[in-house]
Amino acid sequence: MTTVISVPPSLDEHTFEQVIEQLAATPEGSKILLDARHARWASPYGLTALLCVPQARTERIAFAVPENPDTVSYWSRTGFFRHAADLYELHGAVPRAREAHESDVLLEITPITKSDDVHGVVGRIQQKAADILHGQLNLDTAVTGAFGMTLSEACQNIVEHAGLGGWVAVQTYKYTRRLGRRVVVISVCDAGVGFRKSLESSPGHRRSDRWDDAMALEDAVLRAASRFRHGDAGRGQGLAGIRRFVGRWHGKLTVRSGTARLGIIPEWDEDVPMTEGLPFFPGAQMQIIIPERVGEAPARSAGGGAASRGRSRL
Amino acid sequence: MMHIDVGLVLRGTVCDLYSNLVTRPTGAAVRTAIEQQFGEIGAPAVTTIDFSQVNLLDFSCADEIVAKLLLRFTSDDGPPGFLTFRGIHEGHIDPIETVLERHALALVSWHEGEAELFGCVEDDERDHWLVVRDRGPVQVETVARTLNVTEEFAMAQLERLTRRRLVMRRDEGYTVPGVVQGGPGSLPTNGSGVQ
Repeated sequence: MTTVISVPPSLDEHTFEQVIEQLAATPEGSKILLDARHARWASPYGLTALLCVPQARTERIAFAVPENPDTVSYWSRTGFFRHAADLYELHGAVPRAREAHESDVLLEITPITKSDDVHGVVGRIQQKAADILHGQLNLDTAVTGAFGMTLSEACQNIVEHAGLGGWVAVQTYKYTRRLGRRVVVISVCDAGVGFRKSLESSPGHRRSDRWDDAMALEDAVLRAASRFRHGDAGRGQGLAGIRRFVGRWHGKLTVRSGTARLGIIPEWDEDVPMTEGLPFFPGAQMQIIIPERVGEAPARSAGGGAASRGRSRL
Repeated sequence: MMHIDVGLVLRGTVCDLYSNLVTRPTGAAVRTAIEQQFGEIGAPAVTTIDFSQVNLLDFSCADEIVAKLLLRFTSDDGPPGFLTFRGIHEGHIDPIETVLERHALALVSWHEGEAELFGCVEDDERDHWLVVRDRGPVQVETVARTLNVTEEFAMAQLERLTRRRLVMRRDEGYTVPGVVQGGPGSLPTNGSGVQ
């Protein structure tokens, strides 16, 4: 018997929970069909997380492609089907792969398995990011470097911690429902070991009664803990840097791992900072949203330095 | 004086195609190449680490290159020389300051002919460093008089800055690493006429 898992018409980080919920209730080894025939829209998170589903299961999963030609065309331009063809047993008409050329596809879905991939991602996005972040989103030109740095650190987490390759995608789009402004969205998803297991592998890890996915997320995202921290005080700065970048530009950061989801929530959003007891999904799924700027540029966050150019230079 | 162009080291040792200092393995490879240069010819009195040709620097590379080189130089059994930095632009500041803060380190950077201090320094250290920068080579007595502190206190601060490799002793006085003899405030060049 085949278990049919319905993909919601609009697939984002919230509605993807419906997919995880159905998946978690399906015993390992079952025959599964992921039915995306009625899908009409998907965020970068939705598409990259969809690619994690077959990586999270031992059995080959069937995938029914969307029926709407515009949806199929768009998903194709993001590079989704090119990767999905290797992971799923695809059912339905899939257009021939083309280069992503739409302006809102800043970085088509790209696999991350090794450090070289991170160089490739950062190098490919740089000029395009400058044009879009500055030109379309009205962000300071200085944001481009920090954006590349954020992308680099987010992708490195896969290489260093996931133990399994993952996916990254970057797009801009009009975030009408919540914000009414354009946003740039980075999604970095993997189906690897997740934060809890990664931190548990540290020689310095002390497990407490409260230790769970939520606490692991708090340790990593809020307290800059890293499994490499034992003996190397410099580790764990990547996520702290991402958090600072997101805060500076009034953005939103969410990280889901295992059964918990942690969010750094800006004033324009009504999401919750922590959700626990979610159905289990392996790995880590991160989303960063940076909105178009209206009004004055945000002030730089206070750094630890005694002096820096443009600030209290000595 | 040794001048090390980090951009050239990156392309020469890791990959010709890379122009961004991202990922921890890349940072480690660049640092290892720099340390090999020290091993082959010995660390000179002053070495300038030049980031002018580095477009993007992430936290991992800042930690692997800037922090770990400084940690080595400021350790008790570290090389005798001093490190200065140049070519640090606005986009490099956040990752560099972050790693300096994490390790409680500080560095001297040269920008448009002027030395700057980045990282973790206490107020007294900063005050003394500024006097050395603005008036060096300068004797302890002058620093004490300028800051209206005792000579013992000034000496302790200057020695602390010396141990942290933020000032260096020269001609019975103290100066900021990289200052041209007889010309305070001059930009370190690619080798000649400096230190």
